[in-house]
Amino acid sequence: MSTPILKVTDLKMHFPVKEGILLRASKYNRAVDGVSFEIQPGETLGLVGESGCGKSTLGRCIARLYKPTAGSIEFEGTEIANLRGKALLPFRQNIQMIFQDPMESLNSRHTVGDILEEPFIIHKIGDRAYRQKRVRELLDIVGLPARSVTRFSFEFSGGQRQRIGIARSIALNPRLIICDEPVSALDVSIQSQILNLLVDLQREFNLSYLFIAHDLAVVKHISDRIAIMYLGNIVEQAEGESMYHAPRHPYTQSLISAIPVPDPHRKVERHIIHGDVPSPINPPSGCRFHPRCPHVMDKCKVETPFLRPVGDHVVSCHLDMA
Amino acid sequence: MTLLSVNNLITEFDTDEGRVRAVDDVSFEAHEGKTLGIVGESGCGKSVTALSIMRLLPQPMGQILSGSVLLDGTDLTDLPIPQMEKIRGARIGMVFQEPMTALNPVHTIGRQLTEVLLLHKDISHDEAIRQGVEVLDKVGIPSPDVRMTEYPHQLSGGMRQRVVIAMALACKPSLLIADEPTTALDVTIQAQILELIKNLQAEMGMSVILITHDLGVIAETCDDVVVMYAGKVAESGSVYDIFDRPNHPYTRGLLASIPTLNTPPKSRLNVIEGMVPGLLDLPKGCRFENRCPHRQDHCSQSVPLLETVGPDHHAACFRWEELRS
Repeated sequence: MSTPILKVTDLKMHFPVKEGILLRASKYNRAVDGVSFEIQPGETLGLVGESGCGKSTLGRCIARLYKPTAGSIEFEGTEIANLRGKALLPFRQNIQMIFQDPMESLNSRHTVGDILEEPFIIHKIGDRAYRQKRVRELLDIVGLPARSVTRFSFEFSGGQRQRIGIARSIALNPRLIICDEPVSALDVSIQSQILNLLVDLQREFNLSYLFIAHDLAVVKHISDRIAIMYLGNIVEQAEGESMYHAPRHPYTQSLISAIPVPDPHRKVERHIIHGDVPSPINPPSGCRFHPRCPHVMDKCKVETPFLRPVGDHVVSCHLDMA
Repeated sequence: MTLLSVNNLITEFDTDEGRVRAVDDVSFEAHEGKTLGIVGESGCGKSVTALSIMRLLPQPMGQILSGSVLLDGTDLTDLPIPQMEKIRGARIGMVFQEPMTALNPVHTIGRQLTEVLLLHKDISHDEAIRQGVEVLDKVGIPSPDVRMTEYPHQLSGGMRQRVVIAMALACKPSLLIADEPTTALDVTIQAQILELIKNLQAEMGMSVILITHDLGVIAETCDDVVVMYAGKVAESGSVYDIFDRPNHPYTRGLLASIPTLNTPPKSRLNVIEGMVPGLLDLPKGCRFENRCPHRQDHCSQSVPLLETVGPDHHAACFRWEELRS
C-alpha cells in the first residue's frame, strides 16, 4: 500500500469546561478521545456518528482549525499537529473544508468573485488576471454560470451556495477535503446533484475526502471505508458494503437498523437502543457504550475495549466475535 | 372511515413582495386509525397545510381563501375561535419539529402538561397532576413524577419530544398531526420516537398525519401518502402505490434520487435538474414543468388536475397514462 495521505494517531481534543466564580477549568469535555485512522490518496473515509460524538471536532482538528490536545496528525508523512503560524500555511492549501451551512460559511458582504479570489490572495498566487481566470474556471467546474462573479451569496439557493463553498474549497488544488455534513441542509432532489459533483471532482482531481455525516445512506454512497464514532472514540471501521451488511459492533448494528429505509415492503425487526448519548464531560467507565448496550457484560463496565481486527473489520468491543 | 377530509384548500400569505399562494387546491383524506404521510421538499406547502387544518396560520398574513377541512363532518375553516380552541388539543393534537420552541422554558413540565388537561377537562388540580404523571409514564419517560417538577432545559432532545407528544396526547385526541417530529433528532432517537407514536396509535386507535421530507420515514410508518410539490398535490395513494407504482414524474424522480443501501458506491445518482420554483414566480402550467424530463408544450400552458390512476391513487400529470407503459 502507498503512503497514506493522512495518518491520525491517538488524537485527543479536550475542551476545558470553566466553572465557578474564578472560571477555573475543573472538568474537560473529552470531545475526541484517542482516535486513530488513515486515509489513502483518492480515498473517501466516511465518518458517522450521532450529535455530540465528536465527529465535527475531529474534522476541525485535522484542518487545524483547532490545536489538538494530544496525538499526531501526519499529512503525507509530515507531522502537523503542533505546527503553528506560517509553518502551517502550505498545509492549509492542501487540506480544505466544506461546511454544512453555506449561508454561514460564505461572507454575505462579498461577491462570489471576491470569495473565490480570496484564497489566491492569501497564498499570494498569481496576478489579478490569472486569479480572475481561475475564478471563472472554478465556477464552470462546479456548474455555476460565469455571471455569478458579481452576485452575492444570498442571491443563490441552498444548493447553489453549496456549489460556491465547494468551488472555494478546490481553488488551491488541495489533496484532502474535510466535508462536514455538506448535504444535510439540502433538499433531497438537490442533495443528489451535490453528491454527484463531489464524486466527479474526486475522480477528476484525485481528491481524498473525509466525509462527515449522520445520514448513513449518504455516507455509504460516497465512501470507500466507513468509521463509526461514539462519544469521542471510533468503535468500528470497515469497508462500506461490509459495514452495512455485516456490522459487528452492537452500536453499529443498532445504528444501521435505526435508519428508515425507503421501501414499504421491508419490515424488519428493529434493535432499538434505549436511553440517550451520555455526556462527553463525564463519559461512562469501561466501554462508553455499555449503559445502552444490549449485550453488556460485567467486564464492559470496568475494562476499556481497544480496536482489534475481526474479519475485515476493526472493532472495539469485548464480545467474542469469532 | 374518513376522519378528516381536506377539500380544495387554498391558503395565501401576504408578503413584502406580494401575495403568495402557499397551498393551492389541496385535497386529501385521513382515515380512522391510519397514518397519512405528507411528503415534499422545503416550501412545498406541507407545513402550511397542517397549520391551515389547525387554524394556526400566522396572523394577519396567513389566510385560508377557500376550501373546507371537515373533521367528522364539521367544517373547521369557519368555526368561531372559541370552538376551534376546544378542538385543538382535545380532538386534534399537534407535535412540531423543534421541541424546545414548543415548550415554555420558564414553566415546569408539570405546569405545562396540567394546563392542557385543566383547559379541556373538568377535573381537579390533583387529578390533572395524576393524569399528567400517567401520560409521561406512557410516553416512556423514566421517573415521571420527578420530571413533572423539572424544566425543559433539563431534558435531552429526545426526552423533550416525548414531553411534547405527551402534551399532544394528554386529552386522547382522535387525530395527531406531527410536523417533522424527528427531523431534529439523531437516528437512534428517531427510531425510538417513531416506535412510540406507532405503539400509542395502536393503543389509542387515533389517526396520525405525519409531515416529513424523509421518504424512509414515510415508507416505514405510513399507510397512505400525499406527495406535494410547490403548493399542490402531485400524487396521492397508498404507500405501495407511491413506492411501487409512482405515476407522477416528480415522485419517480424523488425516489430515484435518494441513495439507498443497495445503490453501488460512487455510482451516479439520478438527479432532478434545476430547482423548486419560487412561490412568487410559479410556472403558469404544471408546477413541475421546468424540471420535468417528459415535458411537452401544453404542460406550460394549462394546469394538470389530479386524475384517478388506480383505486384511491391519484396523480396530477397530463401524460401519466402514456408514461406508464
